[in-house]
Amino acid sequence: MDGPRKDCGGSVLHMNTTPLTHLHEQLGARMTDFAGTSMPLQYAAGIGEEHLVVRERAGLFDVSHMAEFRIAGSGALPYLRYALLNDAAKLKVGRAHYSMLPNEQGGLVDDVYLYHLADEDWLLVANAANRATADVRLQEIAEGFEDVTVRDVSDDWALLALQGPAAATLLDRLVAADLTQMRKNDTKATTLRDYAVRLARTGYTGEDGFEIFTRPGDAVAVWSILQDEGAEPCGLGARDTLRLEAGFPLYGHELGPDTDPRCTPFSWVVKDKPFAGQASWPQLRCKQRLVPLRLSGRGIAREGYQVHNTKDAVVGVVTSGTLSPLTREAIAFAWVEAAYAEPGNALRVLIRGNPVDAIVVDLPFFQPDARVS
Amino acid sequence: MEIPETLRYARTHEWISELEAELFTVGITDFAQEQLGDVVYVELPAVGDKVRAGDAVAVVESVKTASDIYAPVSGTIEAVNDALESAPEGINEEPYEHGWLFRIKPDDPAERDALLDADAYRAVCDEES
Repeated sequence: MDGPRKDCGGSVLHMNTTPLTHLHEQLGARMTDFAGTSMPLQYAAGIGEEHLVVRERAGLFDVSHMAEFRIAGSGALPYLRYALLNDAAKLKVGRAHYSMLPNEQGGLVDDVYLYHLADEDWLLVANAANRATADVRLQEIAEGFEDVTVRDVSDDWALLALQGPAAATLLDRLVAADLTQMRKNDTKATTLRDYAVRLARTGYTGEDGFEIFTRPGDAVAVWSILQDEGAEPCGLGARDTLRLEAGFPLYGHELGPDTDPRCTPFSWVVKDKPFAGQASWPQLRCKQRLVPLRLSGRGIAREGYQVHNTKDAVVGVVTSGTLSPLTREAIAFAWVEAAYAEPGNALRVLIRGNPVDAIVVDLPFFQPDARVS
Repeated sequence: MEIPETLRYARTHEWISELEAELFTVGITDFAQEQLGDVVYVELPAVGDKVRAGDAVAVVESVKTASDIYAPVSGTIEAVNDALESAPEGINEEPYEHGWLFRIKPDDPAERDALLDADAYRAVCDEES
């Protein structure tokens, strides 16, 4: 068999850690190098089991590797309206939304989540891999604005994600806030037992759940309280199968420095207002579209695999793919020539030399309410 | 992690046992199935295929990745474990028992001596962990 990918091996000294790294190792996690940080890929249960924990109960993720930026000042709102594609003017205090950070080359620096903490006070969460490039881009745009400060505060926060149908009941027992009053995308500061935390009813799994911002020094305690209360540790492997099944993109796969999000299922993020880099965006004409695929033949579509039409001509490429542990279906995202992008279109994915039948579908890949529990 | 003393091993994480004189059974090791994660598909060679040592003759696919399985000796494929088609998880559950992949009649049974014993294979796993 091909040898296993070398994980930390001897290079662990060069990787960053989160406040929870040692705890993950004690819990028996298989660690991996993710964007330069040692992160848990899976625990003893394995990726498939952890995926089902989130769909059926409450899974607990360490996502402290992600980057956070604090944006403050009376100029913060016009700045954010210009720097990001979604419209920050629509985001009231105590609310959060998904957004994207465009570049000057007609594509994206990152996809992000923006939280409106208080008047003139915002938090932006970006992907760990893009911390440096996002910082550069945010700062260069800020130079054109008055009365706004943008600070990288990633080291001031640890971030956990509690996700699953049992998450709210579990967390409600532990926090001062009344979670029945928190809607999806609400954010508020509260306490979890004795610890100050910020909650957001947000997540990357397609389930109900909460992201929990804590002080780094409190992260181990907060994790332990959640785990003692019944939350089950889940790693980045399950996080990827969950987000794909939920139909969410991952920067570096579905989105990149050349991606026009208007040619993807996430075009709703792009609001009709001026934004930094807009001059570099061409007249809208999508020669290719990002589409969800479901495979009907045997095999798993993986990143980089060719997509063919029924006449065996290459018409696209897979950006992400997996076998859903929940539905047991092979699902994927792929860029395909616009002519083939309609839902219902029959395509083929070339899997190790064999064309496997696939069909373009609409999101979502699965229906939460239709699941057999 | 299980490494039975009675088996021989390849560096590429296949195990080999002598079912009878001149018929070897081949599978992947406990270390290999753990690295792979949950196996979802197996592609096996055809009975009658003539293979050379080092040829990629099978594929074991998990959610994470697909891995080639290499013939440890040259010979002819005598049998394959069809049960894995509908129950590929057998490879994870019992990699050394009902998770076997194929049986090969070696052209030269002495090629078996070039394979690793349990101690040598354990050293390979320690290197890669």
